[in-house]
Amino acid sequence: MSNAAQPTAKPDERIKEISAFRKALIRPELGGIVGTVAVFTFFLLFAFDSGMFNSQGIMNWSVVSAQFMIIAVGACLLMIAGEFDLSVGSMIGFAGMMIAIFSVTYGLPVWLAIIMTFVLCVAIGGLNGWIVIRTGLPSFIVTLAFLFILRGFTIFLPQVIERKTIIGGINDVAEGDWLAPVFGGKILGNVFTWLGDAGLIATFERGTKQGQPVVDGIPMLIVWAIILIIFGHVLLTKTKFGNWIFAAGGDAEAARNSGVPVNRVKILMFMFTAFCATVFAVCQVMEFGSAGADRGLLKEFEAIIAVVIGGALLTGGYGSVLGAALGALIFGVVQQGLFFAGVESSLFRVFLGVILLGAVILNTYIRRIITGER
Amino acid sequence: MTEETTFHHGDPKDQDRPIIEMKNIEKHFGRVIALAGVSFDVKPGECHCLLGDNGAGKSTFIKTMSGVHKPTAGEIFFEGKPMHFEDPRDAISAGIATVHQHLAMIPLMSVSRNFFMGNEPERTVAGIKFFDKKHADAVTMEEMRKMGINLRGPDQAVGTLSGGERQTVAIARAVHFGAKILILDEPTSALGVRQTSNVLATIDRVRKQGIGVVFISHNVRHALAVGDRFTVLNRGQTLGTAKRGEITPEELQDLMAGGQELAQLEGSLGGTV
Repeated sequence: MSNAAQPTAKPDERIKEISAFRKALIRPELGGIVGTVAVFTFFLLFAFDSGMFNSQGIMNWSVVSAQFMIIAVGACLLMIAGEFDLSVGSMIGFAGMMIAIFSVTYGLPVWLAIIMTFVLCVAIGGLNGWIVIRTGLPSFIVTLAFLFILRGFTIFLPQVIERKTIIGGINDVAEGDWLAPVFGGKILGNVFTWLGDAGLIATFERGTKQGQPVVDGIPMLIVWAIILIIFGHVLLTKTKFGNWIFAAGGDAEAARNSGVPVNRVKILMFMFTAFCATVFAVCQVMEFGSAGADRGLLKEFEAIIAVVIGGALLTGGYGSVLGAALGALIFGVVQQGLFFAGVESSLFRVFLGVILLGAVILNTYIRRIITGER
Repeated sequence: MTEETTFHHGDPKDQDRPIIEMKNIEKHFGRVIALAGVSFDVKPGECHCLLGDNGAGKSTFIKTMSGVHKPTAGEIFFEGKPMHFEDPRDAISAGIATVHQHLAMIPLMSVSRNFFMGNEPERTVAGIKFFDKKHADAVTMEEMRKMGINLRGPDQAVGTLSGGERQTVAIARAVHFGAKILILDEPTSALGVRQTSNVLATIDRVRKQGIGVVFISHNVRHALAVGDRFTVLNRGQTLGTAKRGEITPEELQDLMAGGQELAQLEGSLGGTV
């Protein structure tokens, strides 16, 4: 018996060699990459002259994409950890409303209102996770309940306190605040002024802003999106915790057997998703100067669609943050591009459905090759 | 086989002293008496088979050994000292590793990520701790080569491995992380002939490194192929322990099934069970 199997490893003759090119191609982000190329090709061909690719046009779809990216990063990590959060959209509305109530109604400094909102929302995210873990219920149900609970409070609270569903005047109280520009400000204004002076980008031709560039800086929203994508990608692929995220979503029981603190990982991911939703909300409130009870409607599905286009598996354990970011980019470009191309806006949904289906079929195929599923 | 091994140093008494010794273990779940006084021990470098039919209490017993259940009564000695495991992590850190039949590996993850799951090596760059993938990949490839598994690369997903290879990866992982006792829960029951012999060969290789192997099975032939001692459980009790060569497969089979009925069945099936 002891000589039955010597430690010699022979290549299995039943496995075909895979070319290096095909190997490089086969990665979770492939669906997202193909989709991005397809979408950009489409709009470069059909909407190049519409202004979609001048400075304002690029900024327009970049901002929309960045919004999707911020919530997609959170949803992506949570989905890989094996859970859903359907309360993201309601959380966005709720967070925005809490900032308005804290700062405008109660007159707290804006920086304090922002920090309190972050603490509150991340705690609610943690509560979501805690309930899911303790009850063993599907996160789909638990967060669906919070979708309604949070939305209900978002409509109820301002009506009771201010007798209206939109609270404005946040720009006035945010004047001179040190934390507000971190979410609502713009960076690299000088670069854009220089670009405008050099005639490389469009400038205003008359009015009080004559000579200034139309696009006067990169909104912090985009900066946040990039920071969160880099953070999420590094966390997932380059750290111990990232391995735990994959393990928790892949097979929670096997992960527990190997000593992975699955409960902690999942609850932390719920909190991170809530954090991302709050970042989105604060940026939006600072941009609009108001908070409305209907903000963030359907955002949870948009986030999940972006993540799935990006190659993540709905059942967890597999996916990529970069893929999710590409999914969000596709989402944003299509939504704004159809407007530029002069296409009837209702067709956006048709287009989106087609892309979603195509990307998911491609991703399923890629995943089978990688993981040997049959 | 254990007598001539060169892996053990010091006085020969140490070899014979069990790594883990469990005396008169009882476990009650409410009104159900799952274990009614089971005694069991494992010595370094031996493969002790725990046999029993379904419902005999095998799973409850190994869960007690690996810290999942606390015994209702009875004593556990680990390396001569009384031991109380609060949870499975205690048992793991003491050196008791369990390889489950199904719940060992995550198919969607790569072999190297699976191998280091829960024990990730880290490398600090600019004050931030990163998963040391290079090290993990190198160790995984080396360990897999030792076990006779040829990987396309450390990034190959576990889902592409066969059932036997997955068991082997799980065993290699337990050994790499310093297991003194390796509990294998029905490692061969879902495997084909060739994969089974691969896993049995792996068990033999592990035993020679001085690790005590607890091999749970209800397949007498698999047990006899590698076992040094055989303990049979029936209805929550130990029916006795036999050494290799002291017992025939037929006797073992009868003990497991509780005797008569199977004898009759076997007669009608022509001794093929």
